[in-house]
Amino acid sequence: MNNPVDEKAGLRLSPAGAARVEALVAQYPTKASALMPCIWVIMDEVGYVSEAGVDFLTEKLELTRARVHEVLSFYTMFRTEPQAEYTLQVCHNISCHIMGARPIIAHLEKRLGIRLGETTPDGKFALEGVECLGACGLGPCLQLGKHLYEHLTPQKTDDLLDSLRKGVVPRADTDREFPSGGETS
Amino acid sequence: MSRSEYKMLSARFDKQDGHLLSVYEADGGYKALRMALTSLKPEEIRDVVKESGLRGRGGAGFPTGVKWGFVPEGSEDVYFFVNADESEPGTFKDRYLLDYDPHQTIEGTIISCFAVQAKLAFIYIRGEFGWLVDRVQAAVDEAYAAGYLGKNILGSGYDLEVIVHKGAGAYICGEETGLINSVEGIKGQPKIKPPFPAVSGFLNKPTIVNNVESVASVPYIINNGAESYKKFGTEKSCGTKLWSVSGPVKNPGVYEIPLGMPFNEFFHDYLGGMAEGEELKAVIVGGSSVPVLPASEIMNCNLDYESLMNAGTMLGSGGMIVIPESSDMVELIQVLMHFYFDESCGQCTPCREGTGWLHKIVKKLRRGEGTAADIDLLEHVCNGMAGLTICPLSDAAVMPMRSFIDKFRPEFEALIQETAPAEPVSRWPRGEQE
Repeated sequence: MNNPVDEKAGLRLSPAGAARVEALVAQYPTKASALMPCIWVIMDEVGYVSEAGVDFLTEKLELTRARVHEVLSFYTMFRTEPQAEYTLQVCHNISCHIMGARPIIAHLEKRLGIRLGETTPDGKFALEGVECLGACGLGPCLQLGKHLYEHLTPQKTDDLLDSLRKGVVPRADTDREFPSGGETS
Repeated sequence: MSRSEYKMLSARFDKQDGHLLSVYEADGGYKALRMALTSLKPEEIRDVVKESGLRGRGGAGFPTGVKWGFVPEGSEDVYFFVNADESEPGTFKDRYLLDYDPHQTIEGTIISCFAVQAKLAFIYIRGEFGWLVDRVQAAVDEAYAAGYLGKNILGSGYDLEVIVHKGAGAYICGEETGLINSVEGIKGQPKIKPPFPAVSGFLNKPTIVNNVESVASVPYIINNGAESYKKFGTEKSCGTKLWSVSGPVKNPGVYEIPLGMPFNEFFHDYLGGMAEGEELKAVIVGGSSVPVLPASEIMNCNLDYESLMNAGTMLGSGGMIVIPESSDMVELIQVLMHFYFDESCGQCTPCREGTGWLHKIVKKLRRGEGTAADIDLLEHVCNGMAGLTICPLSDAAVMPMRSFIDKFRPEFEALIQETAPAEPVSRWPRGEQE
């Protein structure tokens, strides 16, 4: 997910990513209103928005650096530092809590040898507690990238970790075939 | 009445490939749009939705047709936002609507946009629903390809563009002015009302923000008429409501039932009662921001706006959180106060400071360091927060806080005595704090 940015060379988007940015600027009614989706393009390609990413956004959308930074820092899903290969985000809000999110977090902490909020020394896994993921009747749940893993048990989290250690992202509960392309963001 | 008779919104939830345009069309999908664009005037659509009694399903319960009527007549550049930020803890119904039947919401969006003469609509989906953004985009692409979106829709001369916009993790963007700011490319902090968005919203133009469930109800109303919609529900709470049920019941999930159904009936007949070995302690009926009701009180309630208001709570988003006897209520309120503290946008002092103080004081109580004065202090802080801020997030923290103390005071008091309570058992070790 992460392609560390060479700050001097500036942000390099893929041709598809660059085309997506142009399409967004054309589609949104003002340049500023295309800021969030353009940040998502960078997030999806690079994994975080570095200062080079901020430069790119300020020039492309004619915004001040302060404006870009204030949006980047307001939203929890936008990141400005390189991220772990797999960031496991476990919901710890009320419904998941009632259904046993804490024991799942404790189990993950033990298996990964890190505390909530930390990253493994090899940079492979990060463990985060997050607020409601909208899977309340399907908890406990965790988010990995675009997908949710639901009805978590210690066994299911073990299977997930084992698979990720082999570099395979297992099929998520929200992962289904899409009928007609339409990949976005 | 059989259950299938009142499935206006969830009829295709179990259907194989119900998310595909072909399946939706085979079920009569986009018929309402055709009717609306070819034989109805915008004001006629607004009137029928007003007559249907449809109320905003996001939480506030404001009549949808009346909201549409606030757009000044003859306005140009009207914008329409479908609020799929669905961030209220306990709520996951809009996710089902968009996942299993995205075209229903898209058809509702087009009709609603025509009713207020909007030319551009955004479907704002919370960032955590990454897979859902792809699914809705795929459905929107299908709708464009079929001529239901774009220029001169179905030959009517009406043009509409729809943009699927992905949020990035901010509870406050579920508030309509926060949501509008977010799409303008600034922090999702709410704005003072008035002016209401219907008069001055996105880019200072008239803007309507409607919840997914409200928008998804529109095709049914156009197809079947206001009277048919009003056949369900009560006099003031018309139609059906989707309830997202979480907690240790036998069958958690999303249910569509007519408004006004007794909780008792819903709980036993639909949810199957509590899961094995669990007893019902309390229910937060409308998402985490509404007051909690103990089992004895909720059992006598009907599930509609007025009955729940009379019982001292609110229907809210219909995010029903079922709390078992084994839960420690002070522990649960700590979880919730952490949430509101985390999500306060920081704009208004009472909320920014108050949510932090509520969280801190509850933590202190749970560490066993609290005094009786701390419970009074919680109430005092609540008094300094309620109704004093730009948006309702502050009140959303106060309502659970006050009601947890009010209904479960002995559990708070037990923490300031020498000995900890024998029951309930904590699922969260006391030493561990957040």
